[in-house]
Order: sequence, then C-alpha cells, then structure tokens
Amino acid sequence: MPEDKVIVNNLTKKFGDLLVLDDVSFTIGKGEFVCLVGPTGCGKTTFLNLLVKLIEPTAGEILIDGEPADPKRHSLSFVFQEPSAFPWLTVEDNIKFNLRIKKFPKNVIEERTEQMLKLVGLTQQRKLYPHQLSVSAEQRIVIARSFAMFPDLLLMDEPYGQMDIKLRYYLEDEVLRIWRETGSTVIFITHNIEEAVYLSQRCLVMSSKPTTVKTIRTIDLPYPRNVADPAFISIRQEITDMIKWW
Amino acid sequence: MKKNKKLKRLVLGFLGIAVFLGIWQLAGTLGWVSTKILASPTDVVATFIDKLTNPKPDGSTLPQHIWASLKLALIGFGAACVIGIPLGLTMGFFKGMDHFFNPLFEIIRPIPPLAWIPVILLILGIGTTAKAFIIFVAAFVPCLLNSYVGIKRTRTTLINVAKTSGATDMQIFFKVGLPSALPMVFTGVKVSLGTSWATLVAAEMLSSSVGLGYMIQRGRTIVRSDIIIVGMLTIGVIGAILVFLLSLLEKKIAPWRNKK
Repeated sequence: MPEDKVIVNNLTKKFGDLLVLDDVSFTIGKGEFVCLVGPTGCGKTTFLNLLVKLIEPTAGEILIDGEPADPKRHSLSFVFQEPSAFPWLTVEDNIKFNLRIKKFPKNVIEERTEQMLKLVGLTQQRKLYPHQLSVSAEQRIVIARSFAMFPDLLLMDEPYGQMDIKLRYYLEDEVLRIWRETGSTVIFITHNIEEAVYLSQRCLVMSSKPTTVKTIRTIDLPYPRNVADPAFISIRQEITDMIKWW
Repeated sequence: MKKNKKLKRLVLGFLGIAVFLGIWQLAGTLGWVSTKILASPTDVVATFIDKLTNPKPDGSTLPQHIWASLKLALIGFGAACVIGIPLGLTMGFFKGMDHFFNPLFEIIRPIPPLAWIPVILLILGIGTTAKAFIIFVAAFVPCLLNSYVGIKRTRTTLINVAKTSGATDMQIFFKVGLPSALPMVFTGVKVSLGTSWATLVAAEMLSSSVGLGYMIQRGRTIVRSDIIIVGMLTIGVIGAILVFLLSLLEKKIAPWRNKK
C-alpha cells in the first residue's frame, strides 16, 4: 500500500436540515486511481465540491499530505461534468491556464504544454479555439489542462457523461495513459459501473442520501482490462448488486 | 457559392438604397411634395459637394461641422466608456460594489439624458463641457449595464475551474470574468456610441455655433431642407462607419466570438 495522499476524516455536510453526507471517512494512496460510484443524486458532486473547498463541510476534515486541503496551497484539478474549456483561449492557452495561475516558471509551462498537447493529440490544433473543435476535443483540452499541473489530486466528475460509447472508450484509455505517465492521484466519479471497474484500482461504493461509504472494493485486474473477461463481469455484477436502487 | 451569396447581398443592399432614392426623387419631380419642403436627392448631393468647402449659409464648412461634433461625441462617449465599463465590471463581480452602487444607479438610470439639460446648464453653463456631459450621461448607462450583466453571466463552472486551481479573486476577475464579459462589453460600447451620436443634435441645441446638430438647426431656421438632410445623412453615415470600426476592433480583441 503506497503512502496516504488524501485522508478524509468524518466528513459531514448538511444543507439546512438536509443531511447530504454522513460521517464519511477513507484514505487514498499516492498515485492511486479511485472511482466513486453510487446512484444518481447520492451527493457525489457535493462530495467533490467539499474536497476542493468550493463548499465548506459542516464537520470533519480533509487532509492532503497531512495538511488541510487548500486549493491555494495544494495543486488540485477538477474536470467538471459540463464543458469547461475557456472559450476565449486557444487550445494551448487553455492548457497553460492552471500553470499560469500557479505561477510555474516559463520553461516548465512550455515543456508541460508540449507534453500534454502530444498526449491528447491536439498539437496540430494548438492555435484553434474550443468552438472550432468537437465536443470530445474540448473535453480532451480540459483533461490536458488538468493533468498539466501534475496535480496532487485530480477530481473528475462524470467527465464522459454526455458522450457516446465510442468516445467514452477512447477517452477512458487516454485518461489511464496520462494517469500512468504523470503519476497523479485521481478520484473519478461516475454512475457507470462498467466505467468504474474498467478504470479504477479501488472502487468506493456510495449509498443513497445521506451518503456514506458502503464498501470499498479493490479491483486488482491488470490493465488494460477487458470488459468481456469473466473476472471483470463478476466484479461489475458484484458492485451493481451493491447499489441496486430499483 | 459563398462569393455568389455575398454579391447577391451587395446588389440587394444597393438596390434598397436606389429604390429609396428613386421614390424620393420622383416625389419632388412629380410634385407630390414641394422641393422647398423636401429637397430632392440631386439637390442634396449638390449641397453636400458645395458644403465641403463653402462655409455659407451657416458659418462653417461641412468638415468643420463634422470635426466639432466628432470631438464632442467622442469626449462624452470616451468618458462614458472609461467610467462605465470598469464600474459595471466591478459592480457585477464584487458584491460590496454592487450593494453600494446599485440602488444609486437604479435611480439615475430611468432619468432620460435630455432631462439633465436644465441642471447641467445651471451647473456647467453652456460650453463644451456641458454638451459633452449630456452625451456622457446618455452613453454611460448602456456601457455600465452591459458590462455589469456581461460579467454576471460568467459561467460558474469556469469560475470554479479557476478557484480549484487556487486562483485569487483578482486573478478570477481578470482571467475569467473580464474575458467572459468582453463580448457584452462590446455590445454596450456599440449601443453607447449610437446613443452618444444620437444625443449630439440635442446637445448642440445648447447654443452652438458649429457642429452637425447646429447645422441642422440652422437649416430649419433658414428653411433649407437640403442642408438639414445633408446634416442628417452625415450623422447617419459617420455613425455607421464608427460602429463598423468598432466591429473590426472587436474581431481583433475577441476573435472567439465569431462562431463557426
């Protein structure tokens, strides 16, 4: 087990009287790829927003490298559900955005940008604006931008929710590849169980509101995984049974 | 194909103007309207050419009138942009600014620019400052309002992207809010320019001795409809040119606005 990167202690969130997150605790190792699955509307997004401090918890704490999580101190990245490339920046300037906010040295910014452009295959389109590209290319810009920081923690909130199967498969492989090359720690939220089993080393299964961690399922299948593999199918089935809400 | 469409559009545009001029000309020659009341297009063209160099009968040549008006409009308009845009943007982004200025602005906003004239005359007299101020008041509101709404409409997701990467409020304002508001700021500036140009005639009613508004007033006094129309058309054409120049500037500064 690698050293702990993220420690979540007794995290609780209430909106007024509504208890959304109830006493959630777990740890995530450095460089780990973790998926969060749970029924739609179970508070997964609330949970991510808490992790990056977009909202404050009612109780509990989140530690990154032993310190309270803080976007100004830690390098965090977020891939949101909806398209989030800056329409006024070209592909390469979009990728540089986070690096510039964090005031990385110029040569590092250039180097990382080249590397990310190559990784997501947008080198030719570097001078174009997002609206000149397809939706999937826009999501690739966002992924490149998020990984370019080599973030301590990368959070992805159903980034492929809107895409068709072919694109999803393609981008899933891409994320795995970039994750391996950059050594980032990734928390990936999805309600697609097959996606979760395909991607993650561990799968956190959440319950319906108020959200708690029901089980943590380690998935030790080797990459690249085969969705038709009987072992794969049995894990998928097992997790599906756990979150059955119908 | 594309070239063909462009040509068709151009031809139709010219045709529209030509038909309009034709009816206007006929109205005079067929005696529907007396040419004393409504000068014919040919008379207007002749007056236009004459006025390029002849200061009579209103005291200045057309270029002098244009320059005087342009100066006035641009001072008022420029001041409106310099004050209105930053104020609108900061009001739209920083809650404290909004709460402080919004009630005041909401009261000032419905007052028509022309209603300011009496009080401006009392305070500033009847000089250039007073006239420029009236134009400023007229141009200020659309500038501020569009900048305000523009930055308020910044997508939350984009702000959150910056926030999670650790941006400060100032960084978010300049790197996310500002560029996101830019297209609407430009809309505001264009509307402002139009308004300031339109308020010109009213402003120049305050004792001018030169300017397009003055020239029109003068034309009415001495019953010279050709001079009035030359003044009106000059205002129209220059207004259109200024808006066109702004659109060019916008394409340069905000190239992402032109969708596929």
